[in-house]
Amino acid sequence: MKISKEKCVGCANCVPVCTVGAIYIGEDGLAEINADTCVECHNCYRSLSFEHLLPGITRTIRKILKKINLRFQPDPDVCPTEAIVPEDLEWPRIVRRAFSDPMVTHESTGVHGRGTEEVKTNDVSHRIKKGEAGVVVEFGRPGIGVYFREVQKATRVMAAAGARFEQGNPVTQMMISQATGDIREDVLDERVLSCIVEITTTIKDLTHTLNVLKEICKAAETVVSIGVSTICDEDGKEPLRDILTKEGYETGWAKVNLGLGRASNASITNRESI
Amino acid sequence: MTNTLHRFGKPETLSEDYIVFAMAGKGFNDEGALEKAQSFLRAAIKYNPINMGNALVNSLYRPEKNLSFLKLYFVGRQDKTTYEKLIDEMPGPGSAAAVFDNRNDVISFIQDVKKLDLGLSINVSALADNVRDICGEVDITPHAIEYTLGFHGDTTRLPDRETLSISTMCGHGMVSPNFAKKMVTHVKEGRIDPEDATRTMAKFCVCGVFNTTRAMGILKNAKKGL
Repeated sequence: MKISKEKCVGCANCVPVCTVGAIYIGEDGLAEINADTCVECHNCYRSLSFEHLLPGITRTIRKILKKINLRFQPDPDVCPTEAIVPEDLEWPRIVRRAFSDPMVTHESTGVHGRGTEEVKTNDVSHRIKKGEAGVVVEFGRPGIGVYFREVQKATRVMAAAGARFEQGNPVTQMMISQATGDIREDVLDERVLSCIVEITTTIKDLTHTLNVLKEICKAAETVVSIGVSTICDEDGKEPLRDILTKEGYETGWAKVNLGLGRASNASITNRESI
Repeated sequence: MTNTLHRFGKPETLSEDYIVFAMAGKGFNDEGALEKAQSFLRAAIKYNPINMGNALVNSLYRPEKNLSFLKLYFVGRQDKTTYEKLIDEMPGPGSAAAVFDNRNDVISFIQDVKKLDLGLSINVSALADNVRDICGEVDITPHAIEYTLGFHGDTTRLPDRETLSISTMCGHGMVSPNFAKKMVTHVKEGRIDPEDATRTMAKFCVCGVFNTTRAMGILKNAKKGL
């Protein structure tokens, strides 16, 4: 992403909108983007409204108003001159957008956002089975961001602890070895708003897994959001809550899959009828 | 997409926050899923969801890309589309979400969705106990549950609780903490009213899971210095 110096009038509306604080007003009084910090989420370009004022006249009016202690200030969600310009991204920078822009679909999983289905479609996919727990570890969320080099530090620790990485996950897809947790070298210096590492463990081993995560979090230079899932029994009960409470976690907010889904694609129903 | 899993806030404000969403599993039930996702959202309209969206198309609240001086000052901002328009514009099923601010509407909506028998995976993000109660009321045995364990790592980098309560309502992080903080400050200074600040922030959450009622409550409390 870049900001056109020809169009920008320096109103600074885009500065706080940036999800990672990459936009700032430069020495010339116009907005700039720190390319290293920018995660290519496209939030500024997509979600700011655009007014099509003429930049030259607008700058002049701003200068005149400033001289008499008045201020030209558009609504806080408006870029008055449509100065934000998306760029064509190439590998590996395009990885930033794939992980940070919620409107982009991950090629590796076909899922938009961070590219994971987790337990949300488990009633049809049965990824997490009875006696298992799915653990989603999201690095950089909320609102801090993370480099893949730091994610790799964590995936290496997870791998050494015997983690079973979820195959249908974009971070797993970027690993060169799931046995070591190594991520491909060319993306390590790419920064994303957040990314999710998914592992599957057993309910029996969950406490051990959580302890490994505690160690990872102690060393983390970013924020880490963790979620744990499992399937319910015939009575709708599950063993997670007791384990998590015992481990000192609050279990207030949750996402519940109601179990109303069913596999209906022709390839599946045909196979079943044969 | 865990964009509704890690909402931060006091239990009393989270108790009025329900996100119900439909999703198709790739390779399992994604054939014909667009029409089903549209039926899901159409069923929600009856219960006046406070927000709605699908990341493939955007939410009810949207930016305006063709503002002009005349439009701004004589017509005014038109930053909310209609339920029907949003549903008609959906290019694919994605994750179709409807947000509610009260339990009764959620119960009625889920009852309707159950009768529709769409075959999509239906999830509810809310306080776990509230969802359990709702499941009991509508006679559904939940299939699976995912708990948030909250934020860990270098939490000193997080913003204040008020800002976090607002910004985490877009789980993709599109309502940036700096912008949420700016809106809180502007509301406190009387430069914008809580309703307008809420609408302004909601436009950044493309999945439409930003709870406008809850955001307004937080901003009104901030205005009173609570």
